[in-house]
Amino acid sequence: MNLKNRNLISISDYSKEEYMHILKLAAEFERQPVQNIAEGKVVATLFFEPSTRTRLSFESAACRMGAKVIGFSDASNSSTAKGESLADTIRTVSCYADIIVMRHPLEGAARVASEVATVPVINAGDGANQHPTQCMLDLYSILTTQGTLDNLDIALVGDLKYGRTVHSLVEAMCNFNTTFHLISPESLKLPSIVKMHIKKHNLKYYQYSEIPEAINKVDILYVTRVQRERFLDIQDYEKVKNSYVLDRSMLTNVKSNMKILHPLPRVNEIATNVDSTEQAYYFQQAQNGVYVRQALIAAILGLK
Amino acid sequence: MGKKELVVSAIKNGTVIDHIPADKLFQVVRTLGLTDCNTQVLMANNLDSTKLGKKGIIKCQDVYLSQNEINKLALVAPSATLITIHEYEITEKINIGIPSHIEGTVKCYNPKCITNVENVIPKFDVIDKDDLKLQCCYCQKVTKKDTLTFL
Repeated sequence: MNLKNRNLISISDYSKEEYMHILKLAAEFERQPVQNIAEGKVVATLFFEPSTRTRLSFESAACRMGAKVIGFSDASNSSTAKGESLADTIRTVSCYADIIVMRHPLEGAARVASEVATVPVINAGDGANQHPTQCMLDLYSILTTQGTLDNLDIALVGDLKYGRTVHSLVEAMCNFNTTFHLISPESLKLPSIVKMHIKKHNLKYYQYSEIPEAINKVDILYVTRVQRERFLDIQDYEKVKNSYVLDRSMLTNVKSNMKILHPLPRVNEIATNVDSTEQAYYFQQAQNGVYVRQALIAAILGLK
Repeated sequence: MGKKELVVSAIKNGTVIDHIPADKLFQVVRTLGLTDCNTQVLMANNLDSTKLGKKGIIKCQDVYLSQNEINKLALVAPSATLITIHEYEITEKINIGIPSHIEGTVKCYNPKCITNVENVIPKFDVIDKDDLKLQCCYCQKVTKKDTLTFL
């Protein structure tokens, strides 16, 4: 499979076979993380808004393959601060790098960049829109912990309305005969356009208002944060906030293969007493991000 | 409307927009900027129509619509028929309908969309023609009838 020079802007840009290929490559990098295959290559990481784990894991991925990294971690350090258009910044950086990894606060920015860049672009998050590499590392984490992506029961917990990782994960998992268990406050339910996607694939979904209603049925519990600022009425937030905090006591009767994922950063939605349980997988999930990003950079640069 | 007796006078050269739903006539006039047109513009509304019940019609002397204007018309009045007139004769007749892809016609309703901040031409895929839903090719958000703004 040849993914050389392909952009990755949205998870739907790649077919199921293509992202399965990336997951296979990621497994190779997990077995052997240091591979000096990208020596002489330059990876530009353009972060127009701050990010810790995404930027560092991309840079770590590039370094482990021998590539050099250029870029900025804040738009105030770029010509954007002088009023340069995104298109001009991207055209210029295309002259300096073999691949561009970018995060931008505006939705659709990565797609615009891919239209003007002369080198491939990887979207590392464009506002609340897409974050496809997070989705791929989520898929990799599910595959690694379950041994398969097919026929799983996946619970999605928390902010299902605004959470971009949730939307992408649903979209991708629709290819694998998944049953979805949606646990959220009434005001943060999964948007109808995403539910339509599930229906289009003739898959089942169930909606719940509390974690214990579904936790014992599922193979994966994917937790996201319910943010106070998403509620118009603070009393509504106060009413539901504790319903979406996962505690060790809830894990007594879960399936033996069940794992807990979280895109991080976590605030209080997973109690720290869960961290030492065998179900907790979120820190390994972050580690998987490096392997998946190695796989993507290698495939898109035509090195694998 | 019978062919023998024209409710609205014929034009020599220009464009006729027929089969406009009666409640959309004035929106079409505004959307196409016909309020500022210097040539003859003839209009009639609430005419009997077998297709629509009641319809409106606009005849514009020496006016020819651009593709962008046709796209706007399609979004406001997809049932409309666009007729080109030359020397009182019909030279072209198009049933408009809603295209499946639209560029540079509509503004994305999402204020955080890159097209509303940088100099980028908005592009949409029409995901529902009956209930008009346009999905932005950049931010993926869906602009609906009630959030539609023309550029």
